Amino acid sequence: MKSLAELAAIKAKMKDKVALRDDSDNTRVVVGMATCGIAAGARPVLAAFIEAVSAADMSDKITVTQTGCIGMCQYEPVVEVYVAGQEKVTYVKMDAERAKKVVEEHLIGGTVVAEYTINNSL
Amino acid sequence: MIRAQVLICGGTGCTSSGSKDIQKAFAEELAKHGLAEEVKIIQTGCFGLCALGPVVVVHPDGVFYREVTAADVSEIVAEHLLKGRIVQRLVYDDVPEEVKEKAAANGRSASLNDTAFYKSQCRVALRNCGVINPEDIEEYIAMDGYAALGKVLTEMTPDEVIQIVLDSGLRGRGGAGFPTGKKWQLARHLVPDADQKYVCCNADEGDPGAFMDRSVLEGDPHAVIEAMAIAGYAIGANQGYVYVRAEYPIAIERLQIAIKQAREYGLLGKDIFGTGFDFDMDLRYGAGAFVCGEETALMTSIEGNRGEPRPRPPFPAVKGLFGKPTVLNNVETYANIPQIILKGADWFAGMGNESAKGTKVFALGGKIKHTGLVEIPMGTPLSTIVNEIGGGVADGKKFKAAQTGGPSGGCIPAEHFDVPMDYDHLAEIGTMIGSGGLIVMDEDNCMVDIAKFFLEFTVDESCGKCTPCRIGTRRMYEILDRITKGQGTLEDLDKLEELAAYIKDNALCGLGQTAPNPILSTIRYFRDEYVAHIVDKKCPAGVCKALLNYSIVADKCKGCTACARKCPVGAISGAVKTPHTIDTTKCIKCGACIETCKFGAIIKG
Repeated sequence: MKSLAELAAIKAKMKDKVALRDDSDNTRVVVGMATCGIAAGARPVLAAFIEAVSAADMSDKITVTQTGCIGMCQYEPVVEVYVAGQEKVTYVKMDAERAKKVVEEHLIGGTVVAEYTINNSL
Repeated sequence: MIRAQVLICGGTGCTSSGSKDIQKAFAEELAKHGLAEEVKIIQTGCFGLCALGPVVVVHPDGVFYREVTAADVSEIVAEHLLKGRIVQRLVYDDVPEEVKEKAAANGRSASLNDTAFYKSQCRVALRNCGVINPEDIEEYIAMDGYAALGKVLTEMTPDEVIQIVLDSGLRGRGGAGFPTGKKWQLARHLVPDADQKYVCCNADEGDPGAFMDRSVLEGDPHAVIEAMAIAGYAIGANQGYVYVRAEYPIAIERLQIAIKQAREYGLLGKDIFGTGFDFDMDLRYGAGAFVCGEETALMTSIEGNRGEPRPRPPFPAVKGLFGKPTVLNNVETYANIPQIILKGADWFAGMGNESAKGTKVFALGGKIKHTGLVEIPMGTPLSTIVNEIGGGVADGKKFKAAQTGGPSGGCIPAEHFDVPMDYDHLAEIGTMIGSGGLIVMDEDNCMVDIAKFFLEFTVDESCGKCTPCRIGTRRMYEILDRITKGQGTLEDLDKLEELAAYIKDNALCGLGQTAPNPILSTIRYFRDEYVAHIVDKKCPAGVCKALLNYSIVADKCKGCTACARKCPVGAISGAVKTPHTIDTTKCIKCGACIETCKFGAIIKG
């Protein structure tokens, strides 16, 4: 180790790897992955979120995780987005394309993709 | 991208209850479900809740699975990691319902930090234990590791480093409680023209029931390495030694890996951070002698000689290892140093109370529900540790006393249950904070027997160099042994106190000087138990075998013959369906009959 910069570089590289273990204020994307969700295609949705977040280099700030049955099986795959200090947003009937759009517009851009939300599907 | 991490405890406790098999099972199950690319398995150090081991934590949900077996793994993978359904039957979430509901509203499970066990804790020395993989230096760096060393070497003078440690109020965590900054200051300045100095770490944790240092070394070895390098810079030393017991194989292995990685990353060796500062370190293994935890004996042992203490002065700061000025601190003391440098003296001094700053790690053991490792701010009442964090006395029994400081300390009786745990308050009531062993005793523990247990330990461990300790502790043990056999006299109590005072004043080192403490403290608070043994020839707790007599209550005995068949020495006789009797001359007081009797007809006393 010849300089503090070298140390800082290792820290930066490792940051998102340990961020998962921190009980932090990360934005959370929760994909419903019960049997109904998986049958309706939740796994590709989860994969698409992981890929898009990682491609945008946001994995230290956004946590992609999953939960069981959210209770609205006819709307699966359901995805909930929790941003600290804001109301939860529920996206329904998701697919990989929609997931990419949510990452770009909502998670990066800060604008909720209204057309995919549950409020517009009821 | 890794979306979930499975943290599996690799501390000694969980390893011995099978965490390696669990790790293997996770690897297989994840591969089977095609999740190996998304879910990473990480072996960590101790989470502290050893009573509920093996422990597995799944992030980002922060779900704490307890008492996991390899057979549970397929369910955790299929349900939680694949479908997102937490396996509730294995979860430790000892939190109020409203906390759970609030967490659920935020799409989370209740945080571990809200559970009864962790809520009152404050983790400084243990901050990375159970959080990072101790065998990966980059994970330590990610948690600000080696930033304190970088700061010290590039921004601070050695005297500024010493000043911060002084201002923090940090005192030695090994037991004696000497101010750490003062120790460093003396080692820096007392011998100005020394050609060589040393930094040593005391990892010869020997108190029965203590495992704080082991867990720090197993869970966060780099914190100790970084702190020793900082100490080296502060006092002007370029070589360190960790003296660690050979009975800690996992701690040794992790330290070896950590030292190797630190050298590879140039954080040990020559010209660290390009500042021209050189520091390297090596391990020395203790062979299990308790006396080698005493500083002069420890250094004598590192030098390759028989581990015996020598008189002080000269103190190690003047004439230590190989006759050179030396700083010797305990593992936990070191583990606090990097945080003090990064967060400042005020931050550290803000924790604790007026007499003791910072936090202290305790190893909870004995008759307590949650045995394990806890770190609390100095001055936290004993009652909080036992009832809140520890979950209370095991099996709903009554708290009788807690032993702190192991064989050098004393007991805290129920009347002092709310005593603040710090150096001065414990000294006032005749015990010490010690290195952090905390053994809880209930009404079934005999205090004379406890004193005898610790004396037996010190008699065994006395190195024999000085007479007060070698012979004095044995005489005390013999008196205690007589008392537990009902052969004591009231004069024995005076004799014990006289011997204790003599040994305290005259023994060569801390081992002997503190050996009488368990006796003095139990006589002080439980004199009536001693008197019961001596005068009434009774052991009130029903522990001392020689004073027990088993008998059968004729009214309750149905004559079922179960006890007579169970008795290994044929001491019980009687005809079928008539009350039996015990021949006390044959009885060996093993207690088998009591366990066998379904009618509660057999009593001891």
